[in-house]
Amino acid sequence: MTDFTNEQLERYSRHILLQDVGVEGQIKLCEAKVLIIGAGGLGAPVALYLAAAGVGTLGILDHDRVEISNLQRQVVHFTKDINVSKVTSAKEKMLAINPDLTVRTYQEMLCADNVRDIIRGYDFIVEGTDNFPTKFLVNDACIMENIPFSHGGILRFTGQTMTVLPGRTACYRCFFRQPPPPDAVPTCSQAGVLGAIAGMLGTIQATETLKFITGVGEPLNGTLLSFDAKNMHFRKVKLQKQGNCPICGESPTITELTDAEQSVCVL
Amino acid sequence: MQIKINGEIEKITETNLTITRLLEIKKVESPDLVSVLLNDEIVDRAHYETIRISDNDTVEFLYFMGGGAC
Repeated sequence: MTDFTNEQLERYSRHILLQDVGVEGQIKLCEAKVLIIGAGGLGAPVALYLAAAGVGTLGILDHDRVEISNLQRQVVHFTKDINVSKVTSAKEKMLAINPDLTVRTYQEMLCADNVRDIIRGYDFIVEGTDNFPTKFLVNDACIMENIPFSHGGILRFTGQTMTVLPGRTACYRCFFRQPPPPDAVPTCSQAGVLGAIAGMLGTIQATETLKFITGVGEPLNGTLLSFDAKNMHFRKVKLQKQGNCPICGESPTITELTDAEQSVCVL
Repeated sequence: MQIKINGEIEKITETNLTITRLLEIKKVESPDLVSVLLNDEIVDRAHYETIRISDNDTVEFLYFMGGGAC
């Protein structure tokens, strides 16, 4: 309590008022280190809400620059940011909301060679990337480094998310063994996505992060939450950790990280 | 027989129902795009043609969703 200034007590007063969070929970948030992978549709709301919530150290990773076609849903980027690197654009908004934070930016592509070094030291990872090789890479690296993470995916009018506690709950590979064949699954850039879907799923991921840090409630551990916004149908499917999972099972066949052919590591 | 598909109870008249056949009946365009959960266990893709679905089984089709940063 003594660590907070009056301004901080006021800034976080709506958290502190929550019986389940309180000063203690807010201290946990301020001391937490979270890495957001992808500063796009999902990363945007996650970055804004975690910054506002006072998560003390926030890393944000994206190799891309802001394009005009991003602005329909990537609400952390503004028209003036076109051609600016996404991590620089996101950092500016995060610090504008909350100057108390430390924001670390990584303007690079995630690959087998750098992922473990980048994620090490973070308490929680939010994965909001746009391709399967990276989703599987993040899963595998988080299992190896024993770092909990939130998976997120969106397409058209639908979204899905789950929270993985390595070694304790089912991982992304328990559900989806390997990436689908390249081009078998349409991405948002091919099939489109309703802008607000990114906000719906991103804020669920941000909530899961805040729940994990403060220990409030029951995260979507090993539970895949999917929704279809056309009829607002939400569905949860729980899966036990699979003994034959190639990364978190009893005798893992994946013991080192490799890059899938289609994801080239470009720094 | 009666099975539960994605939480909804459905009556299927066919016997000898494999995962492959159920994917056809449910008009799932490409099995590459789904992960199938049968009674809370993930079914290995290699066994889609051989594993039989029985009365009162629970099946979930889980779809890949790749978007996020795009």
